[in-house]
Amino acid sequence: MSDRLPSGVTYRTIEGSDRLVTEGPPVYGEPTSEGWRAWDVRRSKLGAMFERGMDTGLEGGETVLYLGAAAGTTVSHVADFAGPTYAVEFAARPVADLLEVAAERPNLFVLLEDARSPSEYAHVVEPVDVIVQDVATRDQAQVANANRQFLSDDGRLLAVVKARSEDVTADPETVFDRFLDRLEGYSVLETERLDPFHDDHLAVIATPE
Amino acid sequence: MVNYGMNLCVLYICGRAIRFENTFGSPVVWWAMNADRGSDRGWFSSVSPGDPETYVGAIADGSANEPADWPSRSIESGVVPDQSSYYELLHAATQATARAQVRRRERTDDQRLIHCIRAMDDTERVANELAERVSAWSSTTDTPVSGIDGARELLSRSPTQTDDAIAAATDERLVSLAEQVVSLDDEATALRETIEKSMPTVAPNLSMLAGPVLGARLIALAGGLEALAKQPSGTIQVLGAEDALFAHLAGRGSSPKHGVIFVHEYVSGTEPSLRGSAARALAGKLAIAARIDHYAGDRRPSLQAELDERIATIQSRGDGDE
Ligand SMILES: C[S@@+](CC[C@H](N)C(=O)[O-])C[C@H]1O[C@@H](n2cnc3c(N)ncnc32)[C@H](O)[C@@H]1O
Repeated sequence: MSDRLPSGVTYRTIEGSDRLVTEGPPVYGEPTSEGWRAWDVRRSKLGAMFERGMDTGLEGGETVLYLGAAAGTTVSHVADFAGPTYAVEFAARPVADLLEVAAERPNLFVLLEDARSPSEYAHVVEPVDVIVQDVATRDQAQVANANRQFLSDDGRLLAVVKARSEDVTADPETVFDRFLDRLEGYSVLETERLDPFHDDHLAVIATPE
Repeated sequence: MVNYGMNLCVLYICGRAIRFENTFGSPVVWWAMNADRGSDRGWFSSVSPGDPETYVGAIADGSANEPADWPSRSIESGVVPDQSSYYELLHAATQATARAQVRRRERTDDQRLIHCIRAMDDTERVANELAERVSAWSSTTDTPVSGIDGARELLSRSPTQTDDAIAAATDERLVSLAEQVVSLDDEATALRETIEKSMPTVAPNLSMLAGPVLGARLIALAGGLEALAKQPSGTIQVLGAEDALFAHLAGRGSSPKHGVIFVHEYVSGTEPSLRGSAARALAGKLAIAARIDHYAGDRRPSLQAELDERIATIQSRGDGDE
């Protein structure tokens, strides 16, 4: 399982339990030990993907475009092990916190932009190895499609689909199928439900076709 | 910021226009080429490294049709010498831009809070008015109640059985009216909680010194945080006492010593002969707090210590006047 972890992400014993960790300044009150910060997989879907042993293809040091960064819980860990990390978030309130996270991470670049309008940040973001998407909004497939242009040919899309964001009444499976149907220009490598860490969430790993 | 972007655009068009004279015959061709070129320029093409004022417009107002290897391009075009300086510049630029954008958005947050505090006052006032009606009405029943708590009590009781058709019908309306009172009162509480939660973000220092609700009230009376930040402390001291102030200016009555800041314990808790001094000291610090909140936005705990000390001096020696 650990052989699938990128370098810079590992397991360590913190406060008596084995925790997924990265190395960097703490962000959300997570326990730390000798510079390693526990990655709370219940608060982070990407963390849950690692915990589940999904093959993210990440090796460490990649250039990353992160869509839906919120206050930076997950993207802070990403910036700890990745290279240049572009964090897009369109709500101002969480960005105020995200700026503090980025102040301590010179490789984390905050963009207060709408992930549905990539041309508004294409003059800043370079082609990337990985897109992490966790936007929890309607039209999640459209967001992935619109941002495909940033992904290098052998890059990866690591997307999390939240069923309730698309349609509160529909059955989650239906919503997930619809997302996969609408995904254009990608071939899907792996999908997995993230329950019980995150109810009604599907993790999708894809690569450009 | 918009203007800034447009200036750049004009400069750029001028630059292209010179080449157009030499190379192309048709303005249409020139325009097409210009539009095309404009879309593949990186954000850095309009910044001067070391001049943070140029960063915000470059990131916020720029756009491109597609991404490109911006780090290499910036080095090729001589903006930065190497990759690490590129990322350093990008970091400074994105931090400055997002910070400015967040602050700009937060500007409208004060207007939302103004609606919250006015709605809180409205719901409290109407709840009280209707509660009076409920009280008067309930005195015609076997179980008279009084006030908003009375309306709550009335709801918690099981309805009395009666054969009197009129009593049954009107009691039903009375209970329904009591429900409205309770739900308005709950809404007032929820509005207060929202104000208490939001004020520390919108105006951290004002919220710290005045308390969230009084702070929001001052913002509402001034018409916004920016407007409040521009008021002299003497005006802040009497905000909410406009009627008394106008009467005084018209030659009737004395000049008011305080407006809504009276509810602050540092004013109401000071003995009457010293209240004017306490109100003046408090208003002075609130004016500074509002300015820091509007122009800087960071929390300055020292303000609280300074105010505490000043008020202690006034209250103990009674020589607060300068
Ligand atoms: C579930 S939260 C992300 C949590 C975050 N990924 C983490 O684990 O720390 C979803 C975020 O996506 C943002 N979002 C939704 N739609 C967006 C859009 N069109 N563009 C940018 N951000 C968006 C929301 O504001 C919210 O902060």
